Amino acid sequence: MTSHRIGSIASETLRFTFDGTRYHGRADDTIASALLANGVRVVGRSFKYHRPRGIMGYGVEEPNALVDVTLNGVTTPNLRATTEQLVDGMAVQSVNASPVAASDRNGFIDRFAQFLPAGFYYKTFIWPDWHRFEPSIRAMAGLGRLDPANEPPANNPQIAAFCDVLVIGGGPAGLRAADQASKAGKSVMLVEDGREVGGSLLSRSAEINGQPGLEWALQVAAALQAAGQRVMTDTTAYGVYDHNLVALWQRRPGQSDAQWRVRAKEIVVAAGAIERPLIFPDNDRPGIMLSDAALSYLARHNVLVGRQVVLATNNDRAYSVADALRRAGAQVTVADLRSGAREGAVANARIEAVHGAKGVEAVTISGKRITADCLLMAGGLTPSVHLHCQAGGKLRYDETIAAFVPHENLPGLKVVGAAAGQYSLNEILGVGGEAHPYAIAPAWPQRDAKGRQWVDFQNDVTVKDIALAERENFRSVEHLKRYTTLGMATDQGKTSNMNGLATMAALTGQTIPQTGTTTYRPPFVPVPFGVVAGRRRGEFFNPVRRLVLEREHRQSGANFREYGGWLRPAWFGGANGPANIRREAMAARTTVGILDGSPLGKIEVIGPDAGALVDYNSYNTLSNLKPGRIRYGFMLTESGVIYDDGVTSKVSDEHYVVSCSSGHVAGVVARLEEWRQDRFDPSRVFVHNSTPQWATLTASGPKAKDLVTALGLGVDLNDAALPHMAFADGSFDGAPARVSRVSFTGDRSYEITVPSTKAAALLAAMGEAGKPLDAVLMGSEALLLLRAEKGYVIAGKDTDGTTMPHDLGVAGPMQKRQNEYVGRRSLFTENAQRTDRQHFIGLTVEGEQMLPVGAHGVERVNKKRRSIGFVTSSYNSPTLNRPIALGLIERGMERKGEVIDLVHLGQTFRARISDPCALDPDGARLNA
Amino acid sequence: MQLFSCPFCGPRDETEFLFAAEAGKVRPEPAPEVSAADWSKYLHRVSNPRGATREIWVHQTCGEYFLMERNTVSHVVANTQPLRGGEA
Repeated sequence: MTSHRIGSIASETLRFTFDGTRYHGRADDTIASALLANGVRVVGRSFKYHRPRGIMGYGVEEPNALVDVTLNGVTTPNLRATTEQLVDGMAVQSVNASPVAASDRNGFIDRFAQFLPAGFYYKTFIWPDWHRFEPSIRAMAGLGRLDPANEPPANNPQIAAFCDVLVIGGGPAGLRAADQASKAGKSVMLVEDGREVGGSLLSRSAEINGQPGLEWALQVAAALQAAGQRVMTDTTAYGVYDHNLVALWQRRPGQSDAQWRVRAKEIVVAAGAIERPLIFPDNDRPGIMLSDAALSYLARHNVLVGRQVVLATNNDRAYSVADALRRAGAQVTVADLRSGAREGAVANARIEAVHGAKGVEAVTISGKRITADCLLMAGGLTPSVHLHCQAGGKLRYDETIAAFVPHENLPGLKVVGAAAGQYSLNEILGVGGEAHPYAIAPAWPQRDAKGRQWVDFQNDVTVKDIALAERENFRSVEHLKRYTTLGMATDQGKTSNMNGLATMAALTGQTIPQTGTTTYRPPFVPVPFGVVAGRRRGEFFNPVRRLVLEREHRQSGANFREYGGWLRPAWFGGANGPANIRREAMAARTTVGILDGSPLGKIEVIGPDAGALVDYNSYNTLSNLKPGRIRYGFMLTESGVIYDDGVTSKVSDEHYVVSCSSGHVAGVVARLEEWRQDRFDPSRVFVHNSTPQWATLTASGPKAKDLVTALGLGVDLNDAALPHMAFADGSFDGAPARVSRVSFTGDRSYEITVPSTKAAALLAAMGEAGKPLDAVLMGSEALLLLRAEKGYVIAGKDTDGTTMPHDLGVAGPMQKRQNEYVGRRSLFTENAQRTDRQHFIGLTVEGEQMLPVGAHGVERVNKKRRSIGFVTSSYNSPTLNRPIALGLIERGMERKGEVIDLVHLGQTFRARISDPCALDPDGARLNA
Repeated sequence: MQLFSCPFCGPRDETEFLFAAEAGKVRPEPAPEVSAADWSKYLHRVSNPRGATREIWVHQTCGEYFLMERNTVSHVVANTQPLRGGEA
């Protein structure tokens, strides 16, 4: 294999492999330039037909050269060889080829191409069932291979920045805009997706202000940096969002990629233009390339892509490419599709055939066969208007350059240079003088196209596929895209969209502007998910809240689980959950259990209107409590549905503490705050969430009083002074301590609330005091079991999005309250008053088998089964020594004693509807 | 990502805010005098206009509700002001 590198190869010191073969490359190479330098022509197989494909472009437009890259044992799939920098030791592998691109055993598929039109899979594999064919078809399709071991660390920084002017694109137009803004005293960021600034000046010679173009570019960039402006290369602006927010993806050598979110007062899009392929038979052969790409490989990497080159063009821009290639030693035949060809070129050229399946060997031009090893296409430029359109900008079709350009600039976003259809350097730099020749005569595909002419190389869409879409009435460009996949996948049609819509225009007889473009959406290029996600992955995706006593609980052998966003002990002791839960529950019923209840809400409502606010927020009236007393109640949504339950303590007429479920604290604070500001005088009532400042430890069980007595908190624990649903303030270790008698277990319970800083000391003191009482540490699972024995509801588990308080038998407030409260009117709607509502009830199981949660109660109507509700909670009660369950069942409260059928995944159960409370219905244990 | 201006904190990313209600919406009460139709309208109907709109939003990070006038098509925010001391 001969080297295509011009001059010395002494600097080819980087080693890499492609499909297992060893090669060398230079430090400034991309994977693509290194492959071309080594004469590798077939770099992959096409998506649908498995046709051999070569490198076609130079940058983000590349449709063919997708590769999997393994470096340091980690494989990253589907990278574009044209934008990926070569690194020593890389193992590069072609995609969609088995085993390798050069000899793909699925290459035979191409011979059946005439049987595989657009929509083939939709139409063919309908009967009997797509899913029977899906696995084998999927195995053949697709591109790169996912490496399950590749789980990159979540270390992509997210950087927020702002500036006066953000210039996107480091070519001459972008450099000029940045330079002008900087000189006007504005803060500027200039981002360039390539490795170097300069744009077209990197490959085309020019003279600016009397100096070589590239020298001028580097000087402007250096001046920007010297003025304190940010110049970022290897950085792609991939999306423009509302209010001038731009997302940047920055590749940082030796470091993880970063995402920048930049708010710019003004955005200047100088993203350049992308060359279009020409449409002719077999225009996808390896060795067929865009002319701009060939020029860039030569100018930037000393790679001459061919020695006998045919250059097909429909515009004047290509002639300078031909000159450059000739200077480098190539023999170039210019095949000009126009009548007005220059001297030495073939005029009115027709590319009739390309010979050589795995690389161009000859080209037949207007009936004459010419030996060639490379065929370059110069089909004219397509301005990169993506960012302008993402921001909502409109386009206008410019006949003189045969391209869509921005119709008019949006406020705060300006398009300049080639992206705006300005292709002449003089025009871009505003220096006047001769405009560069272009004179394009577009050669759009026609209805009578012969042979297989590719429009979309990445998705294997040919002119015939577009014609089929047209015949089947998928004529809108958006339908065309979805039906044929034209313009989809990783290149998003950067080289194909314009040719595709022009083909559809020719087929339908409409003009190109009438046909229009598809919608431009971010991202401009594929961006790694990790870059967008940043650090919000794994445990940072949705961080759990942690107890102040987590360390102590771990030392006591706690097994943690998440409950309502909090990481809490599920049970203590070994891995055997059921046994430990049973042990803890039994101990709490016979001696005393100690539970960390710190996440329970402690929301303080303070001020002269505090009573009115908590009353309005609650289904139950709270302001008529005596100070020092506690009341249980519900909070409803405005739809009358139970939002949460909890207890409220009245400290004084101007001070209440609302306690809600751990998972509802933020929501309850938000609704209190909303009504405070919307309905009340916010200077007369305040809401303060003090949940994290306090820790709450609960002692529950027949010996709870003994335990609390031993703590010596300075509180009169006599039941007359501190009855159930009352609290008193004492002190612990010199800090305030509140003792509240509320119970979620049904046994005598004391909640002791101290500042979080005293939590560890209180836990230690309770452990010490509990020793002679056989106290146990109790996790959340035991508590959930104990409350189920008592039929205490958990909002959101035993209720759903339709459950109202009267469905739980709590109808007092709605019948008696005369003032307004949240959700009041909703309790009196037709739906709320239906007689067949689902009620909260207990289910007494016949037999020893537990009911599965989610099992449906069923009845038969006309031999058909219908659901009458479902099981919401189910446990094996150690106290009662039998299974217990709770559920929501239609008319349940009126049907107590009735036996119903339940089904779950084909199994049938029977249970008797009962009172939710299965243990101690009189509540004697609360004061035992 | 839109940029909203909290009257108390200044311009912040949209993700810090929540929509609360369309401005001028009055809760019908007392409940016994409110028809089912009026209550349903209060609960479920929003005019969601195309173009200029006046809305109540909350800046979650400071907790303050405020009035925002914006355009649902152009996304231009014309004005934000506190609920009190203004005309909301």
